[in-house]
Amino acid sequence: MFRYMPVSAMIGLTVTGLYFLAAIFAPLIAPYGMAQVVGDVWEPSSSEHLLGTDNIGRDLLTRMIYGGRTTIFIATMATILSFVTGSVLGFLAAVLGGWADQVLSRMVDLLMAIPSLILALVVLAVLPVTVTTLIVVMGLLDATRVFRLARAVAVDINVMDYVEAAKLRGEGRGWIIFREILPNALSPLVAELGLRFIFMVLFISTLSFLGLGVQPPLADWGGIVKENKDGIIYGIGAALYPAIAIATLAISVNLVADWILNRTTSLKGGRG
Amino acid sequence: MTEPLLRVRGLKIGATVYPPGEKPRDIEIVHGVDFDLERGKVLGLIGESGAGKSTIGLATMAYGRGGVRITGGEVWVSGRDILKSTLRDVRRLRGGEVTYVSQSAAASFNPAKPIMEQVTEAAISQGKFTRREAEKRAIGLFRKLGLPDPDTIGRRYPHQVSGGQLQRCMTALALCPEPDLVVFDEPTTALDVTTQIDVLAAIKEAIRDTGVAALYITHDLAVVAQVSDEIMVLKMGNMVEYGPTDQIINAPREDYTRALVSVRQIEHPEKAPAGAPVLSCENITARYRGTKFDVLKDVSVQLYPGQTLAVVGESGSGKSTLARVITGLLPPSGGRIVFDGCELTPDLASRPRNDLRELQMIYQMADVAMNPRQTVGTIIGRPLEFYFGLKGDEKKRRIAELLDEIEMGKGFIDRYPAELSGGQKQRVCIARALAAKPKLIICDEVTSALDPLVADGILKLLLNLQKIEDVAYLFITHDLATVRAIADSIAVMYQGRVVRYGTKTEVLSPPFDDYTDLLLSSVPEMKLGWLENVLATRKMESAGN
Repeated sequence: MFRYMPVSAMIGLTVTGLYFLAAIFAPLIAPYGMAQVVGDVWEPSSSEHLLGTDNIGRDLLTRMIYGGRTTIFIATMATILSFVTGSVLGFLAAVLGGWADQVLSRMVDLLMAIPSLILALVVLAVLPVTVTTLIVVMGLLDATRVFRLARAVAVDINVMDYVEAAKLRGEGRGWIIFREILPNALSPLVAELGLRFIFMVLFISTLSFLGLGVQPPLADWGGIVKENKDGIIYGIGAALYPAIAIATLAISVNLVADWILNRTTSLKGGRG
Repeated sequence: MTEPLLRVRGLKIGATVYPPGEKPRDIEIVHGVDFDLERGKVLGLIGESGAGKSTIGLATMAYGRGGVRITGGEVWVSGRDILKSTLRDVRRLRGGEVTYVSQSAAASFNPAKPIMEQVTEAAISQGKFTRREAEKRAIGLFRKLGLPDPDTIGRRYPHQVSGGQLQRCMTALALCPEPDLVVFDEPTTALDVTTQIDVLAAIKEAIRDTGVAALYITHDLAVVAQVSDEIMVLKMGNMVEYGPTDQIINAPREDYTRALVSVRQIEHPEKAPAGAPVLSCENITARYRGTKFDVLKDVSVQLYPGQTLAVVGESGSGKSTLARVITGLLPPSGGRIVFDGCELTPDLASRPRNDLRELQMIYQMADVAMNPRQTVGTIIGRPLEFYFGLKGDEKKRRIAELLDEIEMGKGFIDRYPAELSGGQKQRVCIARALAAKPKLIICDEVTSALDPLVADGILKLLLNLQKIEDVAYLFITHDLATVRAIADSIAVMYQGRVVRYGTKTEVLSPPFDDYTDLLLSSVPEMKLGWLENVLATRKMESAGN
């Protein structure tokens, strides 16, 4: 399947892969301990500290690697949560129709009416901020977007003759949702998956930047920006590294998602 | 000899295909076609889908649809090779000298603009007429094409006129700039037979009166025989036969042409009703939820085991609704359905699995009747698993048997629907229905999306399977030739009622009621002069008027 891969997708896949590998093997490749103070404040880059040190003298490269681990882990888990709940409920709403659809859809409308950042801030201000709460809050808030998409796609598929044929055969809802609708809804959902993952990265980074996300001393990209933002005034670029990391990850995941969408839209059993 | 209006020499057209997982590659879809067209003459281009007829039609405007390129040859219009012309010249040609009538007028008109604006647009922008002149001309054309209220119909929007009327508006659009050549691309294919005949007559008259030359593209030889002076038969981008209409219809030289001419001539002697009916609809009345209009009014029909009941009518006559009521998708508001001696519950959800098994359905569009992400094996295997609990080798063996029955063979078991041709797809749908060992199969327009030769094959297969499996068919169609080929009894539907019902011979023998007469007389016949004959003798105007 990789034989005729466009260059853009190749770049995207490589960069995304590197970030994920770095996240998974962080303890093995990070040169120092995550919260270990190893030098002066905001040292410039040197052979010991490739990216220099941060605002309290920790190795910035180490912080970046561990930060990526936290950020990518939380974003991945939240994306999975939002996709599972969003698409299952969305498909259910489409297949059941009637009042079930109305109740679910109006609840989602209600949630979407409030800006999700504000809602998340309110919820996180009340609840204890742990990694689990972060994942659950972000995942459920984002599930509303997935629900909308999944429902819209499923409503279209639900009126196709092959779904009608399955209904006439007497198939249950489980078969109709998971065997008839899901495989055909996959390609827009996969494209959305990439996009939502990136929004999750941005979301968790924003929360951490505002101080309601990942709590110190645990590192994450948004938190590193926050910790080092004051250095910018003195011409110290420490806050830019996590920003660059967020941007490159976002772009490369999108390149991959575009490619997957192109591959899977030709309806050939989705094998290509 | 004078220069012909249109001269095509060695026309070659290529396209790029993008097979998933492989490198894009170039293929040739038209392999060098030659023909001439004199002023005031009509040339019919005929062939199955994929024969390249529309592509050739568009090439006379130096145009190729997305991904299609003209790769070789010459197209001379009024003495100049338009393939070598500059873009500016080609623009004067398109919509000015050569115009185009597409298959679906409904999809071609802009729904947000009134008809008149669109009909006169090309004539005005080409600078041939002023707005006032163009509108006067359009009104004249509306009148000539037999449209109601020719003076004011142009102010309506496309959704405010019927399908047949819109198709005639499109013809007016094409004729308005006083072109030398009009390309008609399947202009009547999407219409009901009773509407088709009016549109056909209008087009023919307009061609004769205005003296334009025309390319008439269709897959229906009987239609093209009515309007054209010459016919070219195409197959897979090659010319098969080219000659005067009379010769092609009455003395075809090539085997392929002979097959096209003799299509729809399956002989099927009817069987007399015998035994207890397998399906009996008694006084069915039905309406869609939230409406106050009965789509079915007091419909009663019977179907006997191993026989075929054809339900005939034009779009909107309620024939597909009848199928929905029988399958339980639309519970009727009155009447009852007796299936195999027992009354069926009106609602699908409350029917026992065995009732569902014995009543199967085949759809018009095989493309969307099969899940594109399932293999042929899964599609046919699912009913076996679902109704009979077959698994593993046993299931595989039965799938192979079914694939043999539909004359495809077990090599297809791992294919996906996208890898099948239109006819093969419909065969797989038939196998899926048969897998359930049903007593009754509802066939909803199963051949109308297929090319005539392929449709013939499907009908023969269905007749064969009926003999082997002793299954009854409820055959919904608008095509009377199909009915003649397959039915034992016929129900003619019009505006939600059964207007005529009986055995095939009874229904198809005079005296006719007005509607049946209109329907029967509207089916194009493969002979010259049929159109004029019918128009001169029939009693009732079609509903499209």
